[in-house]
Amino acid sequence: MKRYLLSLRLFWTTALSAQLEYRFNFLIELIAMLGTLLGSVFILSLFFSHGNKIGDWTWEAALVVQGVYTLLDGITNTFLKPNLSEIVNYVREGTLDFVLLKPIDSQFWLSTRTISPSGLPEICLGFSLIIWSSNRVSNGIHFDHIAIFIISLFCAIIILYSFWFLIASTTIWFVKTWNATEVLRAVLASGRYPVAAYPPSLRLFFTLVLPVAFLTTVPAQMILGNINLLKLFTSLLFSIIFFNLSRYFWKFALRFYTSASS
Amino acid sequence: MRKSKHIQVENLSKIYRVADKKPGLKGTFSHFFNRSTNNVEAVKGVNFSIEAGEIVGFLGANGAGKTTILKMLCGLIHPTNGYINVAGFSPQRRQNAFLKEITLVMGQKQQLIWDLPPMDSFQVNAAVYGILEMESKNIIFELAEMLDIGNELYRPVRKLSLGQRMKAELLASLIHSPSVLFLDEPTLGLDVNAQSRVRGFLTEYNKRTNATILLTSHYMADITTLCPRILCVHEGQIIYDGDLDSLSSRLNPNKKIIFEVRSDVSKESFSKYGKIQEINKGFISLLVSRNKVNFIVNQLLSDFEIVDLEIKDPPIDELIGDIFSNGKVL
Repeated sequence: MKRYLLSLRLFWTTALSAQLEYRFNFLIELIAMLGTLLGSVFILSLFFSHGNKIGDWTWEAALVVQGVYTLLDGITNTFLKPNLSEIVNYVREGTLDFVLLKPIDSQFWLSTRTISPSGLPEICLGFSLIIWSSNRVSNGIHFDHIAIFIISLFCAIIILYSFWFLIASTTIWFVKTWNATEVLRAVLASGRYPVAAYPPSLRLFFTLVLPVAFLTTVPAQMILGNINLLKLFTSLLFSIIFFNLSRYFWKFALRFYTSASS
Repeated sequence: MRKSKHIQVENLSKIYRVADKKPGLKGTFSHFFNRSTNNVEAVKGVNFSIEAGEIVGFLGANGAGKTTILKMLCGLIHPTNGYINVAGFSPQRRQNAFLKEITLVMGQKQQLIWDLPPMDSFQVNAAVYGILEMESKNIIFELAEMLDIGNELYRPVRKLSLGQRMKAELLASLIHSPSVLFLDEPTLGLDVNAQSRVRGFLTEYNKRTNATILLTSHYMADITTLCPRILCVHEGQIIYDGDLDSLSSRLNPNKKIIFEVRSDVSKESFSKYGKIQEINKGFISLLVSRNKVNFIVNQLLSDFEIVDLEIKDPPIDELIGDIFSNGKVL
């Protein structure tokens, strides 16, 4: 465990130093970050200008969903995207060989090797939005709501990560899976709005097939005090199932790894 | 000195499934919709064993199956059939204890972080292998001294020359003091000086640590200077396993004697000693059966006034080239 923590510290510090090596590029990245932030605020302002209800969600409550989505998007951009979109290059160029020969879990290496600060402003914005809007809906936030919210948010991150990693694992056979990852991101963008905003058939699809509902809607419901233990339990169960599935599937995929030719 | 560990390979084979595509747009469409695959037998029933501390060279043309064998020994590729034991482990299980015993260096791929100095990559590797900071520093500086690199450790990898980068790659792969080294063309693209420094380092490392080294290379000099024993791979099979000298004597039963005589002598007077290859003024080159070399040289020295004399083997590159075109050792 200590070895993994120490490795993680070095993974992230080297990733940041490698990015700081190109000062101009880092500056551009900072400007791009501000751009993304302004974009998110603009989308929010569209919400404000309408002010109508989505299903049985008031726009303030819907704003909590938007906050959770922004937070998840920030986490995706900081932790998931820089790592999981690289897996295809590891396979294509054959540098996965080096990873597989290290006495460390290869899934851990591929999922945490690098980090990008580009999602940090979104994470801050997401958090502020969740706190501000949920405060307006329920007049003060309860500690137990926050605790349950954190659990369901953690489950959401695990589900999102596991789903993405599952798709990335298929790289072993198909080598290029960029398209599949883009489709996944587009579907996850539907988590911007409460599941109630969609027609019943899509609602079912987003709950049972692609668990988008558990990514944004469920955590939002938890912090708003609509605590439904069945949903929380399902969320936990989904995260455990998907995470284990991703681990099992990765190990299975590796049996078919043929390594790039030299 | 380490305890005796070895590599044991029995009846090893690997079949790849490869998709073939016909050229042109039509071929592309039929490849997209109806992909036909072929089974290619890359390695066919290979057997060999290697003792601890040995340096063994894999020789073979491109696509002969050298890299596939090497990658199966590392545990990167699962064999279709057969038994492998490396340092007491089954490689394909890739247990941590096994991974700490081996290393793979690939001349055409790199693991160093491109934008940072090699030192940063070394620290990451040390942490991953669970080596304490002080211990890793000692190892790094000892290896750096052997490899003759110093300031380069603190310069971004992208600014290093190919030779310096290869040395740093070697260092990064040896930080955990492995007992088995798999080297896939470690001198690829290096200039003559850098090649010989890498070779010198490997010899020294083998002497100091008694590590077992398996090496593939297209440069004959790598094989002749480093490897007392070679394995020739041809179309997935091992067609020769033994030392280089006996390979060249089996391939070519003759040696070449080149000498210079003080006075002009007629061509006929040499024909009784061996097959005349060339006569140019006083310079004569004769092909003589290996087991008669001593006798013939003595005779020549007593019969003629010799200024200079040299005994040579035919160039090894040519001999090896013959093996790969014939597919067998005579």
